[in-house]
Amino acid sequence: MTVIPGKERGRTMEKTYPIQQLLDPDGKWTSEELRSLLTEERTKSFYMNMVRIRTFDRKAISLQRQGRIGTYAPFEGQEASQVGSALCLLQDDWMFPTYRDHGAAMTFGHSLRNVLLFWNGRNEGNIPPNGLKIFPPGIPIATQIPHAAGAAFAEKRKGTKNAAIAFFGDGATSEGDFHEGLNFAAVFQSPVIFFNQNNQYAISVPLSKQMKTKTIAQKALAYDIPSLRIDGNDVYAVYHYVTQALERARAGNGPTLIEAVTWRYGAHTTADDPSKYRDQQESNLRREQFDPILRIEKCLKINGWYEEGWTQDIKQQAVEEIEQAVMEMEDFPAPDPAVLFDHVYKNPVPSLVKQKSYLMGLLGGNS
Amino acid sequence: MKSSVERKPLTLAGAINEALSVMLEEDERVLLLGEDIGQNGGVFRVTEGLKDAFGEDRVIDTPLSEAGFVGAAIGMAANGLKPVVEIQFLGFIYPAYEQLMTHAVRLRSRTMGHFTVPLVIRAPYGAGVRAPEIHCDSTESIFTHMPGLKVVCPSSPYDAKGLMIAAIEDPDPVLFLEPMRQYRSSAEEVPEGKYTVEIGKGKTMLEGEDVTIIAWGAMVSVSMKAAESLLQENVSCEVIDLRTLSPIDEDLIASSVQKTGRTVIVQESHPQSSVANDVLSIINDTSFLYQKAPAAKVSGFDMPVPYFGYEDFYLPTPERVVQAVMDVVNF
Repeated sequence: MTVIPGKERGRTMEKTYPIQQLLDPDGKWTSEELRSLLTEERTKSFYMNMVRIRTFDRKAISLQRQGRIGTYAPFEGQEASQVGSALCLLQDDWMFPTYRDHGAAMTFGHSLRNVLLFWNGRNEGNIPPNGLKIFPPGIPIATQIPHAAGAAFAEKRKGTKNAAIAFFGDGATSEGDFHEGLNFAAVFQSPVIFFNQNNQYAISVPLSKQMKTKTIAQKALAYDIPSLRIDGNDVYAVYHYVTQALERARAGNGPTLIEAVTWRYGAHTTADDPSKYRDQQESNLRREQFDPILRIEKCLKINGWYEEGWTQDIKQQAVEEIEQAVMEMEDFPAPDPAVLFDHVYKNPVPSLVKQKSYLMGLLGGNS
Repeated sequence: MKSSVERKPLTLAGAINEALSVMLEEDERVLLLGEDIGQNGGVFRVTEGLKDAFGEDRVIDTPLSEAGFVGAAIGMAANGLKPVVEIQFLGFIYPAYEQLMTHAVRLRSRTMGHFTVPLVIRAPYGAGVRAPEIHCDSTESIFTHMPGLKVVCPSSPYDAKGLMIAAIEDPDPVLFLEPMRQYRSSAEEVPEGKYTVEIGKGKTMLEGEDVTIIAWGAMVSVSMKAAESLLQENVSCEVIDLRTLSPIDEDLIASSVQKTGRTVIVQESHPQSSVANDVLSIINDTSFLYQKAPAAKVSGFDMPVPYFGYEDFYLPTPERVVQAVMDVVNF
């Protein structure tokens, strides 16, 4: 009987792609070689950015509960992945987030008001400020992955050093667009980072039902794309390895797949209850043991950089910034139905001209 | 006139090739992507010679990956390039449906014009060339149902070249349907260099008094043949080539129908939820009281496009058009 090899090989991939970590859950630095990365300034910046987006996330859930915004997708637990990856980007790089990556988008420079507007049903919220190249969040799963490959292809053709980063979850790697996007980028050596946040659930479906493989990193093998698995709750590891991947991309060496292993504490969106599909004890345990912000707080303490006053200030600043954004979101001009018709095509087509005048007539408008 | 050397008449395939060449030459942002379009020049030879002329960085053989390369082209278009993507046959576009419907056609409205997708998708379509199954679909109404997309469908070499150049210059995504039955069925004089045919405007192919026949793609020549034979029955037909299926030229339809009072719409697609139904709706809205008879449709049938052994039964013929016209005239 012919034995087809590979049965065991798949299971050993966890060893082939060990989870890379620089800061352990106790806040201790683990790599002698990379010790120079660890600085007070950087640690504080990570802390500040993670606290900021977590404060936003909690506020957004509360706004949803009060009916002040629509359905909302929280990311609490994934702050290290989002902050670490976004802080590596340069002003002219492209970001392709999903609906759970506004933590990364805000860290990259998206306006908090606009992010809130998006969650409150206003497409004005999709316009990034200051010429930042942040695509609107991918809503269908994995479709933004080929976009990132294409935008990166265009940067390479223009002869720039700019790169693109695509965000996606574990479930996305089952979609065709993930595989087609990776293959396209590999064939054309596009400068793109495929940044996977493996939070181990796609709404209610756990990783073990999503795929037979134990790692997502190994999927890059099929496309001859370098890949690695990192601790997605270790902001230093995320920052370091995404920076390396970006350097590869800018140097013309093509795409990289990074699997950041993490966990979302809460629901998929405010419309579901996670206790229905998983034991929330697990979330609580992870929060106690592996929380990305606690870890950086421990690191600050170990290194003697922790100052109670400073952390209080950071938290207070985050609250104030977000309150301001909420106010701006709520003061934003009411929707003008006329604009609906103005952005379907650049030049209006006859049917839309008629439909616009019909609706405006109904509403007693004058435009 | 540029030169006194006589130019060879061009086929529809040749005219599209020339349009692509003109635009590759003129605008360095233009690039072609698709399966077998480079080295092989496309399965219908529409891109023949372009890789040699412009290099493999501009005329790109892609992996077999419709969703992947249409998705990538959306990223390219949003980032300043002007991709012209070939889908080898319209029947193979369905994996890219999601990329078109959820991204290409709505990125502009999602971002209120901040990001846009100036993208052209070319696709040979239609039956009548004894092609294998799935190679013969004419599902144009799937795409006219996508707000934000324009759908263009030339039937002659002159229009094909002018519309292709207009499509590449258009600021919005355009699906460019190429009736494969017409690729080499005839040739005509086509001006050299650059010219455009306006998207959204139909064309009166034949003026007449008694009945308006509205068609597009390969059905234009079927309708013209019917009109010729009807002339012998003393029925004068006006034949309109819509040329663009989204947005439809409502004014041209209305003015012709108001003149003749009778309409036959000819399409090879399935009749249910089809472009012909949109034409009927336009007639209803604009010209109801001008009609002397209910408008008629000549279509394929509401079945998957059959294997080519049966396609002659499926496709509208000049005889079926003549029959429909006589029914309308004798109403």
